[in-house]
Amino acid sequence: MYSLKELTLLDENGIRSDGRGINDLRSIKITVGVVKNADGSAFIEFGKNKIIVAVYGPREVHPKHMALPDRCVLRCRYHMSPFSTDTRKNPAPSRREVEISKVMRESLEPSLILSDYPRAVIDVFVEVLQADGGSRCAGINAASVALADAGINMRDLVSACAAGRIADNIVLDVNDLEDKEGDADMPVAYMPNLEQVTLLQLDGKLTTTQFNECLNKAITGCKAVYEIQKDALMKKYFGNEMELKEEA
Amino acid sequence: MSSSKRSTIIVEQLRKQQMLEALSRGKRLDGRDYDLYRNLEIEVGIIDKASGSAKVKLGNTEVIAGVKVETGEPFEGLENKGALIMSAEVLPTASPHVEPGPPDEDAIELSRVVDRGIRESEMLDLDKLALIPGKTVYTVFVDCSIINSDGNLLDATSYAVVAALLTSKFPVYEIQEDKVVNTGKTMPPPITTIPISITAVKIGESVLIDPTTEEEACMDARITMTTQSDGSIVAVQKGFTGPFSINQIVEFSEIARIKGEEIRSKIKELNSG
Repeated sequence: MYSLKELTLLDENGIRSDGRGINDLRSIKITVGVVKNADGSAFIEFGKNKIIVAVYGPREVHPKHMALPDRCVLRCRYHMSPFSTDTRKNPAPSRREVEISKVMRESLEPSLILSDYPRAVIDVFVEVLQADGGSRCAGINAASVALADAGINMRDLVSACAAGRIADNIVLDVNDLEDKEGDADMPVAYMPNLEQVTLLQLDGKLTTTQFNECLNKAITGCKAVYEIQKDALMKKYFGNEMELKEEA
Repeated sequence: MSSSKRSTIIVEQLRKQQMLEALSRGKRLDGRDYDLYRNLEIEVGIIDKASGSAKVKLGNTEVIAGVKVETGEPFEGLENKGALIMSAEVLPTASPHVEPGPPDEDAIELSRVVDRGIRESEMLDLDKLALIPGKTVYTVFVDCSIINSDGNLLDATSYAVVAALLTSKFPVYEIQEDKVVNTGKTMPPPITTIPISITAVKIGESVLIDPTTEEEACMDARITMTTQSDGSIVAVQKGFTGPFSINQIVEFSEIARIKGEEIRSKIKELNSG
């Protein structure tokens, strides 16, 4: 049984089921400003994940009693479209989605200067159009870019990436199959300039050494993602200037 | 009434006056002719995990539809037919006014009117989607997500459903020893016709097709008419508080046929391309 797992998830040459090596990220593409009505938005393709994020706010809080006198309320909704998964997902929010909404909010909040917007609310809507393992990380990446696009004052971007274990190997950026069949999955979100971890979860068994390796590997992934996030924002706001520079 | 509510109403009235004034000169606020659709873009096959999918952009309105095919029990009274189940959700991404939560009456109307056009035209030949009569049939889910809302969600959603179904690939199930088995093969769905809905709003005495959010905010009434490939009308829905004259309805049915054919030929290209 165990050897079968190794065979399908990771072959003797260190090649994974989708053709990647153990330190490879899936392909990532971020587009900024995709939802016209939103104050900020982003679309991320992270492997086969396709996620759209729209940010509305800062705006007035409804219901009013939720407002805080000294700072802004951050709300986050993570939701999967019924057609995003292998078997149709019931559109009603599941317990899993409620939890992910919460951890996403908590991973984004440290990056934002919420005291700049007292009595207001910022809504972050994360819609997973297609899920492929690691959708919470991909969602956080897009959400942070969308918050920047909305012009929310922030200390840093939040970049997220998972690492995991297949048998004795620590692998970067766990995909759907590896999440289900692998031995551990650790999603991490990180503020690269402040060097702070804002999300850390783990499903599965790791030794202390493996844990450290896994965490470091995930953070390497976060740093790579950070460059892609920056590029996406630069492209929207300085697109022409960047092209001019390249020509020169 | 709070002061903010009152000021909103004043703004609405000012807007409506501005729009009526433009219409009296024969102009829409975005410069379109009364019978002109906004730019329509359709992209299919965007969700690998779905059996069929489509993204429709109608001006700034953006809708994604996904088809999932499973097996299940037939509906009562329709023992020998496949089951078609549709839903539409206006996502909170769509505009600053959408709150997450259970669908409101507009969203329920939207999904029911879109469903009616598809179902009544018998676009999908459900008789061909029975497996074990009375016991197991194909269950076809078509779910729609409205990503950005700028008016005429009815048509945009309906086109997304049609495009997704038309370009979908259904799994082939076989009956082996009274059990339904997925063969891993796919087949084109049994399509009989292409229903196209056309929507217009009435503002004053002007009838404008493909309304924007701004125009819907000023409308007296709305009408949606769905025609199938042979030009016959399969579904109609009049919405909102104002009336239409019989003449207006008859004229509109002609527009719905002509415009429907235009859009149908555009959607047909999806399968040939």
